[in-house]
Amino acid sequence: MNRRIPEDVLIEALSTGDLVPESPSHAAVLPRPEGAPRTASEAKPHPIALGDSEGTLLEVAVGPHHPSTHGVFRMDVVLDGERVVRLKPVFGYLHRNHEKLGEGGAYLAAMPYTDRLDYFCSLTNNWAYALAVERLAGIEVPERAEHIRVITAELTRVLNHACLIGFLLQELGSMGTPIMYAFREREKILELIEALTGSRMMCNYMRFGGCRCDLPSGWIEACRDVVEALPRFLDEFENLLSTNEILMARTQGIGVLSAEQAVQAGMTGPMLRASGVNYDLRKVDRYGVYDRFEFGVPLGAHGDVYDRYMIRMLEMRESVRILQQALRAVPAGPIINPKARLRGFKPPAGEVYGRIEAPKGELGFYLISDGSANPYRYRIRPPSFINLTILEDMCRGATLQDTVAILGAVDIVMGEVDR
Amino acid sequence: MNLGKGILKGLVETARNFVGSYYDPARLVTIQYPDERRALPEKARSFPMLVYDGEDPEKGLRCVACKICEKECPPQCIYIVLDRDEKGRPLRRPKIFDLDISVCMSCQICVEVCPFDAIKMNTEFELSTADRFGSLLLHKMDLARPASYYLGLHPVEAGEVNARLAAGPGHAETKAKPAAGPAPAAGTTSGAKPGDSDRP
Amino acid sequence: METLEQIKSRLEAAIPGLGLEIQCNGAVPGQASLVVPPARAIEAARFLRDDPRLALDYCSNVSGVDWLDRVVEEHARVTRVIDGRERVFDECRERRVPGYLEAVYHLYSMRLKHGPVILRQRTVNRVDQARVTSLTPVWRSAEFQEREAYDLFGIVFEGHPDLRRILMWDEFRDYPMRKDYVEPDDYEYEPTPHDDLKEKARRHYPIEADA
Repeated sequence: MNRRIPEDVLIEALSTGDLVPESPSHAAVLPRPEGAPRTASEAKPHPIALGDSEGTLLEVAVGPHHPSTHGVFRMDVVLDGERVVRLKPVFGYLHRNHEKLGEGGAYLAAMPYTDRLDYFCSLTNNWAYALAVERLAGIEVPERAEHIRVITAELTRVLNHACLIGFLLQELGSMGTPIMYAFREREKILELIEALTGSRMMCNYMRFGGCRCDLPSGWIEACRDVVEALPRFLDEFENLLSTNEILMARTQGIGVLSAEQAVQAGMTGPMLRASGVNYDLRKVDRYGVYDRFEFGVPLGAHGDVYDRYMIRMLEMRESVRILQQALRAVPAGPIINPKARLRGFKPPAGEVYGRIEAPKGELGFYLISDGSANPYRYRIRPPSFINLTILEDMCRGATLQDTVAILGAVDIVMGEVDR
Repeated sequence: MNLGKGILKGLVETARNFVGSYYDPARLVTIQYPDERRALPEKARSFPMLVYDGEDPEKGLRCVACKICEKECPPQCIYIVLDRDEKGRPLRRPKIFDLDISVCMSCQICVEVCPFDAIKMNTEFELSTADRFGSLLLHKMDLARPASYYLGLHPVEAGEVNARLAAGPGHAETKAKPAAGPAPAAGTTSGAKPGDSDRP
Repeated sequence: METLEQIKSRLEAAIPGLGLEIQCNGAVPGQASLVVPPARAIEAARFLRDDPRLALDYCSNVSGVDWLDRVVEEHARVTRVIDGRERVFDECRERRVPGYLEAVYHLYSMRLKHGPVILRQRTVNRVDQARVTSLTPVWRSAEFQEREAYDLFGIVFEGHPDLRRILMWDEFRDYPMRKDYVEPDDYEYEPTPHDDLKEKARRHYPIEADA
């Protein structure tokens, strides 16, 4: 057995975590450790045996209704024996033309629809849209609202990553236990979110220029209690999973993606950072008030499924750090810019691309305004949709069982992929 | 050779959780719904309702059929027809107020845009029905709820609303800023309809 | 990062004969963009990606935009001779400007952490010459997004390795994100209070809806 121990990844990741340069000219792609695959050809774990003598290829449609496909998602797989030769993702089953809906209504009317994109992370979706519109119209956001946005976004990140690890383990055959542990913590965070926004998942909380309503009394204290309990949960979760030999055997060296491939394919979020690319929009764009908080950006060294799992574990710990700082720093003041208008909002003609670091990657909104009350063009850059671009390359040469692990670690939500 | 050590570590963790689920409040999270119910938070919301003052839902309805909510509703689930007297003059109350809760997505935008504090969020959520069409299309009288009911659901918010309404017409634009001060009892504003100048 | 004017002049120096145009932007952040002729787009894209000072290695967002045909009113002063005397008239002429489809690329640099540089490619018209060059060979991340623009806008990306419908089903015939798209009327009839939906359903299912 020559398995990596998780502490090895952890120490390496944390030691490189704060390395985001102050000057933007610094090359950020970190030096890779000895033996780590560098190029696309090296990264492929197995040669593809196409056209074997007795090899008749088998076509299998995995999905659209399959327990491992995160919703109605299909992979048309061509198999040579157990090895994947070709894989084409097929989706659109949940397509409702969200962008057309956004163009048909007022700017505000699209806000509740953004909740339904990535329905695990409605608060970060709200933030991305609000950020884009605020930049389009040049609306300032009060300090208090910025802090609340950071708090809600980081709660969402913890919730999303915990659940994703639960789902991943569920698909790897660890039925029930990890996902129930994750859902137990999620429940506590959802209760906080419900107390703040009135809804557990479809929050519709942010407004252009701030947030919809102020924190209820006692919310900060309740939130602090939940946040203080999170490290214990994370220790427990890691004890349960990180050194588990079966998990290591199933995920290490699987779905390897080099840094070059990941950048080329437009990967973002934990998927990108697992390949060792230091690119976190919270550090790069410094939107909101993230530049006031101290936190690291965990980076993987191998770019395999295990690193993607580990990155999410470490990101949750960093989120806890941000939450602890943000909860101490919430200032008093207005929750929404008094100049912001709810009705009759007409931004000046022009266009804007606003993006944030959502739990799944870069969530961007591209808006074109023609000066009227509804956007002329309303486009969403969905991270989980674009992270699927390179799914075939990751899976080619792997066995069918490994594609399940690879897809699970991409972290897709069909509401966002199909829109 | 450490094969199996990680698995054992995990099993110790599950055992600790199993035992803990009998006494540790942090692990005792399951609520035996419907026998047991969790208190809903103040801001909880399900579907909109129409608030009326006084006793008679027909007379006391705060709604003046201005149709702002109908226009701003993102999924367009509200349908309003203004009531008129026999000479055709508008009566400042809705003849028809239909809300299709199979379309409504509980976004609360109607509540935010209403200048008359007439539409508010209810918290009733056990609304499942076998009739997909009729029972999910709520009419004016299905939606009407007394102001006291609203005060019971959302005491903080309703207190602010009542204070604002008690301050009289012409204060509709102060809605964005939460009103300070003690909340008067519900029902003190019955019949007080803001004047025409409030209409945006 | 360099200004867009600098990028434009360097691009034009590197690729002779490349006619670029800068499109201004009235929004507050003022992200101006470069309009690239589709025929030379791939060369320009390679330059932007490989140039060490720009290193735009990450194509974040690819978006289709539909600009409808529009009518522009032009006012002109015309001199005419009437009854032997010259007189000046104000004349209003209407000119039809053909619409076009646009593919917008938002480029960033992950290595140098700057951006965005916005590229736009425009088709000749919206009907039979809706073609631009695919930039998927340069940035792999454009693959699904260009497919989506093809699916929803009908922009044909030449050189795309696998240009198929992605969100709509293969048999679907129209392009739903176009501004002149007409919704089909075959909704399942439900008694919502909305007259237009009811009316639509009545047209499609004349007997059931009336019953």
